[in-house]
Amino acid sequence: MSFIRKPLNRRSILRAGAMGGAALATPTIFTSKVWSQTYLNEPTGAEVTFGFNVPQTGAYADEGADELRAYQLAVKHLNGEGDGGMLNTFSSKALTGQGVNGKKVAFVTGDTQTKSDAARASAKRMIEKDGAIMITGGSSSGVAIAVQSLCQEAGVIFMAGLTHSNDTTGKDKRANGFRHFFNTEMSGAALAPVLKNAYGTDRKAYHLTADYTWGWSQEGSIKKYTEDMGWETVAAVRTPLGAGDFSQYITPVLNSGADVLVLNHYGKDMVNSLTQAVQFGLRDKQVNGKQFEIIVPLYSRLMAQGAGENVKGIFGSTNWHWSLQDEGSKAFVKSFGQEYGFPPSQAAHTCYVQAILYADAAQRAGSFMPSAVGESLEGFEFEGMGNGPTLYRAADHQCFKDVLVVKGKENPSSQFDLLEVVEVTPRAQVEYPADMLGGELGNFNNGV
Amino acid sequence: MVLKNSSPTSDLIFFAVFAVAVLTMPVWLEPIGAGYPDLLQKFAIYGLFATGFNLLFGLTGYLSFGHAAFLGVGSYTAVWTFKLLGMNPIPAVIMAIITSGIFALLIGYVSLRRSGIYFSILTLAFAQMSYNLAYSVLTPITNGETGLRVLRSDPRLFDGAGEAQGPLLANLFGFEMTGYAGFYFCAVVLLIGFFIAQRIFRSPFGIMLRAVKTNQNRMTYTGLNPRPYTLAAFVISGMYAGLAGALLCITDPLAGAERMQWTASGEVVLMTILGGAGTLLGPILGAALIKYFENIFSAFNEQTLHEIFGFLPDFLEYPVVSVSSLFVGEGWHLTLGVLFMIIVIFLPGGLMEGVSRITRLFRRKPQKSEPSRATAPAE
Repeated sequence: MSFIRKPLNRRSILRAGAMGGAALATPTIFTSKVWSQTYLNEPTGAEVTFGFNVPQTGAYADEGADELRAYQLAVKHLNGEGDGGMLNTFSSKALTGQGVNGKKVAFVTGDTQTKSDAARASAKRMIEKDGAIMITGGSSSGVAIAVQSLCQEAGVIFMAGLTHSNDTTGKDKRANGFRHFFNTEMSGAALAPVLKNAYGTDRKAYHLTADYTWGWSQEGSIKKYTEDMGWETVAAVRTPLGAGDFSQYITPVLNSGADVLVLNHYGKDMVNSLTQAVQFGLRDKQVNGKQFEIIVPLYSRLMAQGAGENVKGIFGSTNWHWSLQDEGSKAFVKSFGQEYGFPPSQAAHTCYVQAILYADAAQRAGSFMPSAVGESLEGFEFEGMGNGPTLYRAADHQCFKDVLVVKGKENPSSQFDLLEVVEVTPRAQVEYPADMLGGELGNFNNGV
Repeated sequence: MVLKNSSPTSDLIFFAVFAVAVLTMPVWLEPIGAGYPDLLQKFAIYGLFATGFNLLFGLTGYLSFGHAAFLGVGSYTAVWTFKLLGMNPIPAVIMAIITSGIFALLIGYVSLRRSGIYFSILTLAFAQMSYNLAYSVLTPITNGETGLRVLRSDPRLFDGAGEAQGPLLANLFGFEMTGYAGFYFCAVVLLIGFFIAQRIFRSPFGIMLRAVKTNQNRMTYTGLNPRPYTLAAFVISGMYAGLAGALLCITDPLAGAERMQWTASGEVVLMTILGGAGTLLGPILGAALIKYFENIFSAFNEQTLHEIFGFLPDFLEYPVVSVSSLFVGEGWHLTLGVLFMIIVIFLPGGLMEGVSRITRLFRRKPQKSEPSRATAPAE
């Protein structure tokens, strides 16, 4: 017998068709369990599952590890273990440490590998297999944007972790996605006045930019604000993410006539490029009769630790720093320190806050349905989470709060005390109209 | 084994069993935690990719270290087809096959002038070139690191007008290509691809390809030019890779440059060798095994391990958990490496050799001595 007899007749076509049809139809009866839910992954048991999607390998692995620590701490606090951390200082008192909506919080983890493909695969696994009700994390804007649109399509809430590109809540914003972290627009607005005071208005800047959405976004914002105050941009060179060796990009800086180097790098990339720039003697040079300066617009304590001595005196902006003295920050630093023995990074802070904010919104909404949670997050005003009074703007799902301008400390007192806060730029100064960055939110998707 | 004593009937039975096994995967993979749509899709897609790779490597012995380039080309073509024509997967599949075929023809024409290690290096170089092009030079076409996505502002000639809302997913006449629908689409394409591969294995063309692997010089002396055969195999294999790339985008409309990285090329080599090069089923098994490790083992954390080893007394549980945690989570590569070593050392013919050894144990009938059945890796 062969599959289809050579002179095609009616019987063999019918037979082949019937066999194929039967084979295709059989397994679909096993997939019909979806219909009974009112929204995707509605928790039915005593537990609700959060999905923590962080980079455990790749250029941002340090940040990822710290994010995961923060998430685990947040879950403890939500379930009433430990000292409660920022739940005690949070202005909303809906959460009582007995889980969320009467359900104990459980979690699953995934490795984004700082790659969009891998991040989407692990997010899908958590949604499809583990039944995660919400995905949070990410330490790269490219990944965050990719996962955010996945969550929009699948129908779960995405609470962005460390993502600084304007596009996350700008041209790529989605209704199911929310971001607590600040963006490059705010960095530019906060940094510019400080730079003006420190370095004057007549400077020539050279940009080295990580070649992806965040790098482009930060380069654009810094250019916009520095050029407004009279600086000139000599060149902006794109470098591949995770390049490791930046010497070939740094050599041309010496002969370009620029007197300021802006490093639009993050994570290990920034550690490498800054270290190499300092080794090449850039900071000891005099160009155009001025001292050569380096700027790192997005700073983190983990990077400062990696770059060591080289960060001294270098300006940058940050979302949060553990040395802040408000009640929320103190409570968080204390409980994180007790748990792990060192202070949290800004990545840890934003992820912790995002997990708590989601849980609080679900508690206030009385449901985990994405549209209900989303509506209770939209326009939410809160305090006591380390950044002063904060607003989750409804129009683009972006948080607005004070921005910190920091500088590498000249005389660090410990291995963690590397940055000093130069200025706290008030929220009013970094706000911008919601339609400035373009994009469409669309509608909430509940996944059924 | 089925492959050795091949008759049309046994081939057909083999195919039928395979088809049933593939289509019922959601059921029988459930107990080991792999029965969810995304992973099943990956099984089917990478199974197809490895099947295509095996047509080149398994039959002709030419080890291409740049097959991920075709996967990437297929992906980008598929997403561009979505952007320009519409979200129906059929045109995307066709365009991806054509483009990757042309691309494979160009690369194959140059690379196949050399054989052995030089061929591998050439293909690796081309793939790395394509990766760098996609990553930085051709950013307007590929969108670099961020990845190419379908946007609402795209023209989408056939279905773009009107709908401002709704998810941007591939849509086969009303069926959204996500979840189980996406898996069955991929599974059907895998079955078609498998059927064609089976035909090629049996065809005179397939015999020619094996002849190339066995002794190319002798083939040349008999007056046959191996180049057209190897080039044809290379192009077909590139088309399979392009098709797999298109399927990746059909189930998830996003194409990133990292798909073309050399690690991705190495992965398909691993899949094929792990499963058994030169066998029909082996590469698919290898692909499934690697994807299973990547998705399931990497997700284990200490909490899960404590649950697994919870039956042990505490003084045993903690050391066991701390040792085994090295091999899961971020350490899944380590497990895979160990497994790969064990298989290559003890079962050079891959998993399929293991299968055939076991069947020989149970089959008592006297066997003729089989001359070197192990499919040796390429020269």
